[in-house]
Amino acid sequence: MKQLELDARRLLCPLPVIKTQNKVAELSSGDLLKVICTDPGALSDIPAWARIHGHQIVESVEEGDEITITVRVGA
Amino acid sequence: MSSSHKAVALISGGLDSMLAVRVMQEQGIEVEGINFFTGFCVEGHTHAIRNQHKDKQKRNNALWVAEQLGIKLHIIDVIEEYKDVLLNPKHGYGSNMNPCLDCKIFMVKKAVEWVKQNHMRGFDFIITGEVIGQRPKSQLKRTMPIVAAESGADDLLLRPLCAKNLQPTKPEREGWVDRDQLFGFHGRNRKPQIALAKQFGFDDFATPAGGCCFLTDESYSSKLVDLWQARNSREYELDDIMLLKVGRHIRPKADFKMIIARDAGESKFLEGYRKQFISLYSTSHNGPMAIIDGDIEQQDFPLAASIVARFGQGRHADEVEVEITVPDKPPKHIQTRPINVGHVPQEWYV
Repeated sequence: MKQLELDARRLLCPLPVIKTQNKVAELSSGDLLKVICTDPGALSDIPAWARIHGHQIVESVEEGDEITITVRVGA
Repeated sequence: MSSSHKAVALISGGLDSMLAVRVMQEQGIEVEGINFFTGFCVEGHTHAIRNQHKDKQKRNNALWVAEQLGIKLHIIDVIEEYKDVLLNPKHGYGSNMNPCLDCKIFMVKKAVEWVKQNHMRGFDFIITGEVIGQRPKSQLKRTMPIVAAESGADDLLLRPLCAKNLQPTKPEREGWVDRDQLFGFHGRNRKPQIALAKQFGFDDFATPAGGCCFLTDESYSSKLVDLWQARNSREYELDDIMLLKVGRHIRPKADFKMIIARDAGESKFLEGYRKQFISLYSTSHNGPMAIIDGDIEQQDFPLAASIVARFGQGRHADEVEVEITVPDKPPKHIQTRPINVGHVPQEWYV
């Protein structure tokens, strides 16, 4: 199982979603991707994208100006 | 009716493409969505920047629509390729800098390419939510065949909401879809769409007044043209077009303009650009963050400082301290008297 980190700081939605989508396409089922972003829009957009593609949000943390969303790649 | 066919739908996040997909789903067609990000899209991030939209739900409407429909949505970054569409539109611009017909052709063409790249997933045709007469330039009866031909989609491009006003496409002729169950909507009247939405149980959908693109907005377009004129070049980067969506734009001299935040949300957003642009804000009074785009001479720093002071809480003070930071250099502080409201000529506002 891979664990990767994606820096999407300062990118405005939908770019963090696009970066997440493209990175997840390179990963396998069960892999974890930690996306770090600063656009609050990502808090709804990345989970929405994950739900429609069958991926799971493991954790979503807001700390200061940064938001960290961890996605577990679905089947 | 066969139910083994698959379509890819152009999803904008608005009602029409949402309806078009559901019409196909009603006929047993499996649909996936595709959404293109040009950089000019009116989407959730602008809500995220400004304070006044804090009460609005921050959502990407295309993703939201996809979730309501139960379809996958693929969002494609076309920022670089879109430059040629905007700069050299074969069919010209609409009332502002909106190259709507070229844009539609481009997007359908990209969908054709995407279908080819994903051939293993077996998409048979493309659908859009276009309605004849809905948009003054790109959605006319005479432009519909132009989009189909110039995109390369030809008769694999189906518009479920207005198909009955057009020649039958291959999916209709081959019986993949039942033409009798498609629609003949036309014109700017939205009542048929609203009625169909009600029938499908859609009661929450985005209805952006100017469509889904900033280029249809007069104010945005004039800022874009100003940027090109000031630089004597029509080249642009993503940051340039993002910054046109934010703040007051004031050009006191031909060589530089100031982008001044209108609220705390925009100030925070502009802070992210302080490593790339000269920035200034009042340190003695609460006030907005501002950045300078272009080439400012040292001798114009006091003018810029007096302007940014004018938009802060020290606007009536005799003296305001303003910090000016040139990237990679230590900040400088200058004392300034805020410029009088009457001394900001209307023509400075971009």
